[in-house]
Amino acid sequence: MSRFKEALDSGKFVITAEIGPPKGVNVEPMKHHIALLKDRVDGLNVTDNQSSVLRYPSLGGALLVKEMGGEPILQMTCRDRNRLALQADLFFAYSRGITNVLCLTGDAVVVGDHKDAKGVFDLDSVQLLDAIHTLSEGKDLAGNPLDGTPRFCKGAIVTPEAQPLEPQLLKFEKKIEAGAEFIQTQAIYDLTNFSNFMDYARKFQVKILAGIVVLVSAGMAKFMNKNVPGIFVPKALIDELAGAPKGKALETGINIAARTIRTIRDGRMADGVHIMAIGREESVPRILDLAGIH
Amino acid sequence: MKTITRTKPFEQILEDISLDTRVFIVGCGTCATLCHTGGIDEVAAMAERLTVAGKIVTGVAVPPTGCDEVTGEMRYVFRDQLRAADIVLVMSCAFGVQTAASQLKKPVAPALDTLFMGKEGPAGHYSEICMQCGECVLVYTGGICPVTACHKGLLNGPCGGTDNGMCEVGNGRECAWTLIYNRLQSQGRLDHMRRYHPPKTHNAVLRPGIIDLTHSREEAAAQ
Repeated sequence: MSRFKEALDSGKFVITAEIGPPKGVNVEPMKHHIALLKDRVDGLNVTDNQSSVLRYPSLGGALLVKEMGGEPILQMTCRDRNRLALQADLFFAYSRGITNVLCLTGDAVVVGDHKDAKGVFDLDSVQLLDAIHTLSEGKDLAGNPLDGTPRFCKGAIVTPEAQPLEPQLLKFEKKIEAGAEFIQTQAIYDLTNFSNFMDYARKFQVKILAGIVVLVSAGMAKFMNKNVPGIFVPKALIDELAGAPKGKALETGINIAARTIRTIRDGRMADGVHIMAIGREESVPRILDLAGIH
Repeated sequence: MKTITRTKPFEQILEDISLDTRVFIVGCGTCATLCHTGGIDEVAAMAERLTVAGKIVTGVAVPPTGCDEVTGEMRYVFRDQLRAADIVLVMSCAFGVQTAASQLKKPVAPALDTLFMGKEGPAGHYSEICMQCGECVLVYTGGICPVTACHKGLLNGPCGGTDNGMCEVGNGRECAWTLIYNRLQSQGRLDHMRRYHPPKTHNAVLRPGIIDLTHSREEAAAQ
């Protein structure tokens, strides 16, 4: 059983953080972030060509996490690989000690930087979860027996602020039926809305990690409200960021993130949090310190 | 359902036929006429532009259906104009281009790009309705095709890019799964959305699609 899975099952408040691979082959900054965070969290989630922008692969990043003594969670989207490539990458991951997978559909190709590429989507996120379950039974997707069986801890995502919400929840339930053991949420800011979502989600046998994205300015918050599907930053938080002294907006954002984590943990509102620093990885240790997580 | 086509940039057409001086133009009286890309008016306009660009148009024809084998009749009706031409510029879908290529015994060039099988909305607006995947799921999706109408062709519900009924790819595209949800809800059949759809059989029809439908599925399986 993976260290991350053990943490999930232990009942402790689980902390994961995200690592974004470089555009190119200079992995030194990524290694610095891994070194900074690996002993502060229960898992490091490595993004997979996030936002359809070409990057160093999540598999390579996850391997670095493993080699550096951290606990990797491999993000795997269905956008860039067909079912043969996905299964082959899963074999490779498992053989190198990467045993946690986050299954994602993947953003559309056209929102990224290779707009003319072919989006694959041979599988969707539910089918990928089901495929990993099939592999764990010693068979591939064509029904052939495997020589060596990979057993992953598998997760997926949900967007609690999606509009309309019910189709999203129906898919959430399908993901759990397909074997999701943990669910990371899209970034949440309105804790009343999140609490309502958790009242529903608690009915299912799955661990929920609340998504935390660090706000760096009021402008970023407004931009996300307008442009990022399923993100809602309440006006009070935007005002708080706007009211920060000049040059202190990031500090305010760090405080908001820490306060949110503390509230979720102290109120046992979720099983843990997943921190997406998106270029502000350096701030994650401070967020954890301020949240009282040591 | 018809084939939706779009005219290639004129400069592209000139580059494609740069080796050729004498051009015979073929349009199509069906889909390309309805799309205003290969009807009588568009063929006449193309002849004029090519002439201005220094080409010699040996003749034009707009058969009732460019893809029909009747197109072959043109070999006799327009024999001299075709014989005089270096190339046939075809203003129809790719089916018409391929029919002309096989029937007219001449080099061909497409003047149009074939976009999709679609329906016509308000004038000039077309939307794709079927990808011809060979595994129809419309009974579970309120008669709205997720393979076609969802940008990612997702079978098991909306992705995280759904946003108040719109799709993350923008350009006014609606989220197919919101449409499907609304339709199924109005029919009291939301349970259809709980159904797990396994990965698609992308070779439901082996490509290129060639099939003998003179036998039933059962007979074919027994053979």
